Amino acid sequence: MTKPIAVDVVGVSKRFRLYHEKVNSMKERILRAGRNPYEDFWALRDVAFQVTEGETVGILGRNGSGKSTLLKCVSGILQPTDGRVVVRGQLAALLELGAGFQPELSGRDNIYLNASLLGLSTREVQRRFDEIVAFAELEQFIDNQVKYYSSGMYVRLGFSVAVSVEPDVLVVDEVLAVGDENFSRKCLDKIKSFQDEGRTILFVTHAADLVRQICDRAIVLDQGRMLGYGLPGEEIRLFREQMMEASGELPVALEEPEEPLPSAPRPITITGIDLEHPGSGSRPYLLPGEPLAVHVAFEAIEPVDDVVFVIEIRDRVGQLVFGSDTEILEHRYDAPAGSGRADLTFESVPLLDGTYGVSIGVRSRKGATIYDWRDQSDHFEVMNPGRATGSVSLTLRADIRAASLS
Amino acid sequence: MTDLQTGPGPGSGAAAPELSPEEEHERKLEARLERAAARGPKTTRVVAARVSLRARIVELWRSRELFIFLARKDIKVKYKNSVLGFLWSMLNPALTLIVYFLVFKVVLKNGVPQFAIYLFSGLLVWNLFQTAIIGATSAVVSNGGIVKKVSFPREILALSTVGSSTVFFFFQALVMVLFLVVLQHSPAWGQMWLLVPALVALLVFTSALAVFLSAVNVYFRDVEHLVQVMLMVWFWAIPIVYVFHQVQSGLQRHHLFWIYVADPLVPVVLTFQRVLYNVSTYTPPGATTPVPLLPEHSTAWYATFNLAVAGVSALLVLGSLVVFGRLEGNFAEEL
Repeated sequence: MTKPIAVDVVGVSKRFRLYHEKVNSMKERILRAGRNPYEDFWALRDVAFQVTEGETVGILGRNGSGKSTLLKCVSGILQPTDGRVVVRGQLAALLELGAGFQPELSGRDNIYLNASLLGLSTREVQRRFDEIVAFAELEQFIDNQVKYYSSGMYVRLGFSVAVSVEPDVLVVDEVLAVGDENFSRKCLDKIKSFQDEGRTILFVTHAADLVRQICDRAIVLDQGRMLGYGLPGEEIRLFREQMMEASGELPVALEEPEEPLPSAPRPITITGIDLEHPGSGSRPYLLPGEPLAVHVAFEAIEPVDDVVFVIEIRDRVGQLVFGSDTEILEHRYDAPAGSGRADLTFESVPLLDGTYGVSIGVRSRKGATIYDWRDQSDHFEVMNPGRATGSVSLTLRADIRAASLS
Repeated sequence: MTDLQTGPGPGSGAAAPELSPEEEHERKLEARLERAAARGPKTTRVVAARVSLRARIVELWRSRELFIFLARKDIKVKYKNSVLGFLWSMLNPALTLIVYFLVFKVVLKNGVPQFAIYLFSGLLVWNLFQTAIIGATSAVVSNGGIVKKVSFPREILALSTVGSSTVFFFFQALVMVLFLVVLQHSPAWGQMWLLVPALVALLVFTSALAVFLSAVNVYFRDVEHLVQVMLMVWFWAIPIVYVFHQVQSGLQRHHLFWIYVADPLVPVVLTFQRVLYNVSTYTPPGATTPVPLLPEHSTAWYATFNLAVAGVSALLVLGSLVVFGRLEGNFAEEL
């Protein structure tokens, strides 16, 4: 069985013409005819993907990557300069909640007006009217003019009307972040029930965790081009990678490696660190629970007794995730002069996704002398293919049953 | 038992047979697809730079309820916070009527019998046209908020102004009926049906212009001001406050008659006057013999002329939809 395609984006490009000066009067248009300087800006460049009916697709990208333009092209607010979008079924776009509300009209009138803007027939609005009002929690105020509504009420009514359309394809632009916590949970529940009903959802967000929780697929956009389209785990990794590249820095603020700590010739120095993922094959990242080996090459210019190797793992914001050393492991080592190698192996790295920095140190047992310290010089990445969020991969099992009466 | 799995961590595959994310996805999707299919067939819509005229018209037809809601909104919002509210839609033309009446009948003594009725017959048509055109010109610009955030056929914005103006037209028509009763003036009952083709011609022509102007105004905000001036000139180019006969001979002498009559509003106004005013001759000041007041043509001539206007205007509507479609692509950026 071939699966029906709900949204088919075929080679869509969108050009914006950025005039250096906005000209809206005829006089100026004529005076500057052909001479008004502008730059072409391609907000989307040859974007193509297909969304199977019933799928939920998250669109990730930095600010200005073309996410919103893409949603607007899909929902028909903007027309692509090139290419086309074919949408099967009724589409509702939630780009701004309450867009099109008339402040002078009552909530009741606005429900009818807004619903018909979104394509709902009067009969259907009448049928769902009470439901819409109840979902927005506005029973008492429905006959008041909308201009007296608080912003929260406004947004609730907007969302309530929009979901009442029960579209086949729902397009959402970062609107779920509004309203109080209680309401945003309601919104999320609604989205999930839409999923269960086999409706197609496309949404734009910065929140990678949300994509992981509810999306079947994710798209990563950068400067109008599509970098990837696939399972959320992989795309989120791509997105994070790209965020880092863009900010031009590694995840952890790297301080200049402090120059030779003891100014005197150091008896033992780290000459190289190598991370190995024995379980991940050619993948450049780990999956939660896979092993990680850290190989530390060192050089001693003289025999040093009782050398302790220290390892620390920090997350993106520099928070310590794990720290240990060979003293804790009760592994005593006396280094002879010459080079050597320490293999520090994690049998399992139960972390969820992110990029982690590894710091390695060599010190004396008493801790008084630090021979060498490589701060966050190496990194490894973990990609979480599952739906759980957070930073640690815990194994959860649930057993729920009714209390038996004995 | 519910197995809330957190991903392939150690020991995660112990309870259930391990499914790859891809397989799990497939399985979930299949269940959803069944429910989606149960909702019945779906329509397909294409978003592209060029959408066929036919597709545009189909979209417009699907949005007819929206047209009604937007027109209703126009009406509700227009007089929302005014004390007299709706009455303004009748008071305003009534006051205009009084001014013209005083100037032309009392001061200039034009000698037209029952001049108030004559005047009102033409003003009915003009008010509909003027309100619709002024409203429509700024319709897309002033609704920028919706245009940028919601997807719907934007022509509806211009068309709904024509719709709301038509509603106001009927309110004024009620006043006209009142006038006829009070002044005990008898319209041409036998030709009453001519009002239907005349109104159709007027609405089709107004719609064509409304759709065109609403789109052009997004690019050139001057259009709004230009329209005001043009309407003023246009008003005097139609026999509303003066009598057709007064210009007829002068125009014929200068071979401008056909240009004057080619104005689509002229036959419409003449028809309204023919039917509602229903006085064929009058004696101009200084003359001794009565002269024809309206073109002396058969009912069939009026009907044909109006249908011709409606036909040509229908083509104009198609043309304006094409123009609108071309310009629409950049609305969201220009607003």
